Amino acid sequence: MANAIEASGLRKSFGQVTALDGLDLTVRAGEVHAFLGPNGAGKTTTIRILLGLLRKDGGDVSLLGGDPWRDATTLHGRLAYVPGDVTLWPALTGGEIIDLLARLRGGQHDPKRRQELIELFDLDPSKKARAYSKGNRQKVALIAALASDADLLLLDEPTAGLDPLMEATFRDCVNAERHGGRTVLLSSHILAEAEALADRVTIIRAGRTVETGTLADMRHLTRTTVDAELNGPIALDGLPGVHDAVTNRSDGGVRLRCEVDNAALNEILSRLSAVGVRTLTCRPPTLEELFLRHYSERTVATVR
Amino acid sequence: MTTTALTGTTALVKLALRRDRIMLPAWVYVVLIGVASTAYTFGKLYKTASSRAALVTSGEGNPALLFLYGRLNGTSIGALTAWRYGVWGALFAVLMSIFIVIRHTRADEEAGRLELIGSARVGRQAPLVSALAVAAVANAVLTAVLCAVLPLVGLPAAGSAAMALAIGTCGLAFTGISAVAAQLTAGARAARGLAIGVLGAAFLARAVGDSAGVGGPAWLTWVLPLGWTETLRPFAGERWWVLALPLAVFAGGVWVAFAVAAHRDYGAGLLPDRPGRATASALLRGPFSLAWRLQWGALGGWVAGYAVMFAVCGAAAKGIGQLFGTSSALEKEFTRLGGQSALVNAYLASLMLLAGLIAAAYAVSGVLRLRSEETEGRAEPVLAAASGRVRWGLSHVVVAVTGTAVLLAVAGVATGLGYGLRAGGTGAEVNRMLGAAMAELPAALVVAGVAVAVFGLLPQVSEAVGWTVLGLVVVVNIFGQVLQMSHWVLDVSPFTHVPRLPGGTVSAAPLLWLSALAVALAVTGLAALRHRDIG
Repeated sequence: MANAIEASGLRKSFGQVTALDGLDLTVRAGEVHAFLGPNGAGKTTTIRILLGLLRKDGGDVSLLGGDPWRDATTLHGRLAYVPGDVTLWPALTGGEIIDLLARLRGGQHDPKRRQELIELFDLDPSKKARAYSKGNRQKVALIAALASDADLLLLDEPTAGLDPLMEATFRDCVNAERHGGRTVLLSSHILAEAEALADRVTIIRAGRTVETGTLADMRHLTRTTVDAELNGPIALDGLPGVHDAVTNRSDGGVRLRCEVDNAALNEILSRLSAVGVRTLTCRPPTLEELFLRHYSERTVATVR
Repeated sequence: MTTTALTGTTALVKLALRRDRIMLPAWVYVVLIGVASTAYTFGKLYKTASSRAALVTSGEGNPALLFLYGRLNGTSIGALTAWRYGVWGALFAVLMSIFIVIRHTRADEEAGRLELIGSARVGRQAPLVSALAVAAVANAVLTAVLCAVLPLVGLPAAGSAAMALAIGTCGLAFTGISAVAAQLTAGARAARGLAIGVLGAAFLARAVGDSAGVGGPAWLTWVLPLGWTETLRPFAGERWWVLALPLAVFAGGVWVAFAVAAHRDYGAGLLPDRPGRATASALLRGPFSLAWRLQWGALGGWVAGYAVMFAVCGAAAKGIGQLFGTSSALEKEFTRLGGQSALVNAYLASLMLLAGLIAAAYAVSGVLRLRSEETEGRAEPVLAAASGRVRWGLSHVVVAVTGTAVLLAVAGVATGLGYGLRAGGTGAEVNRMLGAAMAELPAALVVAGVAVAVFGLLPQVSEAVGWTVLGLVVVVNIFGQVLQMSHWVLDVSPFTHVPRLPGGTVSAAPLLWLSALAVALAVTGLAALRHRDIG
């Protein structure tokens, strides 16, 4: 199947400020794709270009096989969007807005599905939008998107205002969507969300793509964290592929914590077992750690 | 340090002044320039006492002028200035006060900014007090500047002070009224509408009181704040005690506002929100019905205001003949202007001009709704759905155009009914006035068209440009002729080209090219909207 979203070398600036500086993004049809980056990295700008709200300054972009600027209206019939900062018409009720958004997309919700989602997210649809909290406004937009029959869901930080229970509900819904064959682009800086949901991930910073692939791909590029209690002291200095090794004595043994390139795992494990291992934990880095690395690099990059 | 209900007021006043650092001086400047240039121009144009007496005679003899500007209290340059700009200067001061108070109270509360402020070490009453303080300061500055400048263009000091105080205290009275309005409604739009409604009633009361003629309800001038700028009689034997009236309204308004504020919850109006429909009606189904749904409430208020205003003003036209016979000079002027039917027509025609100008204001606000929908992020979900930009833009434009047409139709029918029921020939009058009112439509739409064009081409400044253009058009058509502005300037306003109806000769050509211009402007704006960034 073709890619749902294909962007390469995307550029956009607002006056002096460069928002996107050659961004690449490929979302395959039928996958849940997490779009990660710190605040101000350009996630929302990218999504607005995909929606045809902003005009790109350069690069190529296609959405569901069309040009998001030229074919905006046609394409919008096949996608549903949840903005990061949901503002609603204060005098309309949540229920009215859910229906209105469906009709604006040119469709009609299945009333059973609509009711199911309203109950699932515990929303009072007869309240005026003026009275909703941030979380409830977000629910209105989410229900409208999830109840639609769109091929593609564009979700811009969709859980920012939801409580943990609703976040879990949201995850269940997205997982169900994946099985239903829909494509989801999920922008987030909530990394647990991406870990729990995403098939593939694109990480951007300062308007550029820094990494893209499956989580497995990225872990391959990175290190494994090793925590061990050993029978005796161990010298790892100068060993290629071992980073940030810290040892301290404890209970007559030695505690070691280090980060190891996956290519060097074999070597280090044999060294550890030579000393004698009491306990050992090896774990892949969390997305937080991956992200922090890029985040701190960005800090370095802006300081220069 | 102890905290009181007023803790933090100073900081909030500074914040408000920072936010309004451009708007406040602009308002003061507009009023100052209007009054000072009027005084200066009158001084140059009407040097001799006899030329002024002639102007006063024609002014007193023309109910249309009495209706628009108020009664004449004397023949001095000062009295003429007060006549021409007293009520209107006060009207601008009032609008300034309304915008300041609502902006720093209900608008902030509705947007949630007051919540952030309320969570800090800020007293419960501090936001309202600071808003009132800023409005009071603005009016005080306006008064002081007028007091200082008017003597410089040659007006007597006492009269200058009286006129300045009349304008400033009128603004203050409406500061109190807006403070109450801000407490009553949950939305800033509605609060602003309420306060402007009171302003409309005040203008109407004094307009009818001033133009009704002998035996008419002249007491109406005394009923509401705007008329007090005349009954104070600046430059014509000042009645200083009249200043107590607006000050009392201010004090009363402030008292009521605090009483209501103490008894309501944050974010709530006096009336609680009732639950609405859980599903949308079948009618709410696209950008057009959405725009209609968002704007019909405001339009309803405008229609009601128009119906009352123009029915009353139409009815007042009957009294016009009775104005005369008091002096032979007036009598002569009366015949020179063409006798009673011509005068009634002149009065009705200026009524229709006013209907057109106010309808243009409605049209601009309707069009600029597009911009607020865009900046507040509510255009995004509509545009992200399968509705094209032109359709979305057109939706609000169509509502604005329809609303403008409805308002003018209401103005025509109400004037015709009001006049016809008293003078006879209701059916014919309704027809005649409906036609006269609708003739203003193309001109009003040209002003709206400018707003559409800037919304498409220069969205960042669309609000500023839209309202400034409207303001210029109002100034040119209300003050242009007497200030003897050059034809060139007068011709810039679309309303200058509308045939003066009833009474004037009907010619279709200007109506056609004005309509064509309005359409061209709108098309330009909508075309530009297709090619620009949103948000």
